Amino acid sequence: MRSSLVALALAAGAALAQDAALEKRVMGLAHELRCLVCQNQTIADSSAPLAVDLRNQIREQLARGASEREVREFMVARYGDFVLYKPPLKATTLALWFGPFLLLAAGALLLWRRLARRRAPAPPLSEAERARAARLLE
Amino acid sequence: MRLAWVLAAFAALVGLLAAGLTRNPREVPSPLIGKPAPAFQLPQLHAPEKRFAQKDMLGKAWVLNVWASWCPPCLVEHPVVTALAKSGLAPVVGLNYKDRREDALPWLKRNGDPYQLSVADADGRIAMDYGVYGVPETYVIDRRGTIRYKHIGPLTPEVVRDKVEPLLKELARAL
Repeated sequence: MRSSLVALALAAGAALAQDAALEKRVMGLAHELRCLVCQNQTIADSSAPLAVDLRNQIREQLARGASEREVREFMVARYGDFVLYKPPLKATTLALWFGPFLLLAAGALLLWRRLARRRAPAPPLSEAERARAARLLE
Repeated sequence: MRLAWVLAAFAALVGLLAAGLTRNPREVPSPLIGKPAPAFQLPQLHAPEKRFAQKDMLGKAWVLNVWASWCPPCLVEHPVVTALAKSGLAPVVGLNYKDRREDALPWLKRNGDPYQLSVADADGRIAMDYGVYGVPETYVIDRRGTIRYKHIGPLTPEVVRDKVEPLLKELARAL
């Protein structure tokens, strides 16, 4: 009797631990996916009905044994790349990924040229300029 | 000379931002355009014992309109949907999204029922396959069962005139 109770408790504990692990994976994925209704929230943060549905969908698929990648593909097939908070690297997103670095490099180049010019010593004055400066200073 | 450069850079920035302002961030391009309409078989709203599948429409172009009685913009677009259905260009099928039958049927009675029939997607599962994220949404599906167009949000007379009707006419000609 007692041993069967212990077994039951152990089984319940294992199930709970499994649930917690599943929930962690669900939330991990939910943090990567955009809620399309609210757009600036992940479906983990949003309480919009669609976000709730999508979280349930993720949970169901993971519980069924789907991988994170498969769930991501499921979402992209329906809602497009926009659903991913981290957009994939491809031809149409090159500017998105590398544009900021390009701008940074252009800014650095501009700054460097400017500083280089400032560092260069001023050209010496000609005789005429010298005389004019002396006149002005008197 | 330098001023010209600065002005040019500024004008370019203004141009870029102005172009950004004309785009609607809510309109997410659907990856489903050009893909087969996701399969479903759902109970009909008026006759739940009867079922309707997307493949029942193979052979003709049709319009799938996602609506719900709890959705105010659906009421806004309702006259437009009604006009489109009346034009006879293509049958319009309603996908009643996450609604209750006892709410949906009176809504149709009150506002008129332009749909050839409506199907009940009570848990929104089929709508998820169609990438629906805000009701109303409207799809144009060709006779081979391929999604050709998707409109997110309420249909306007302009969208119907400029996008939906020309497409339906083209699809009818291709027959």
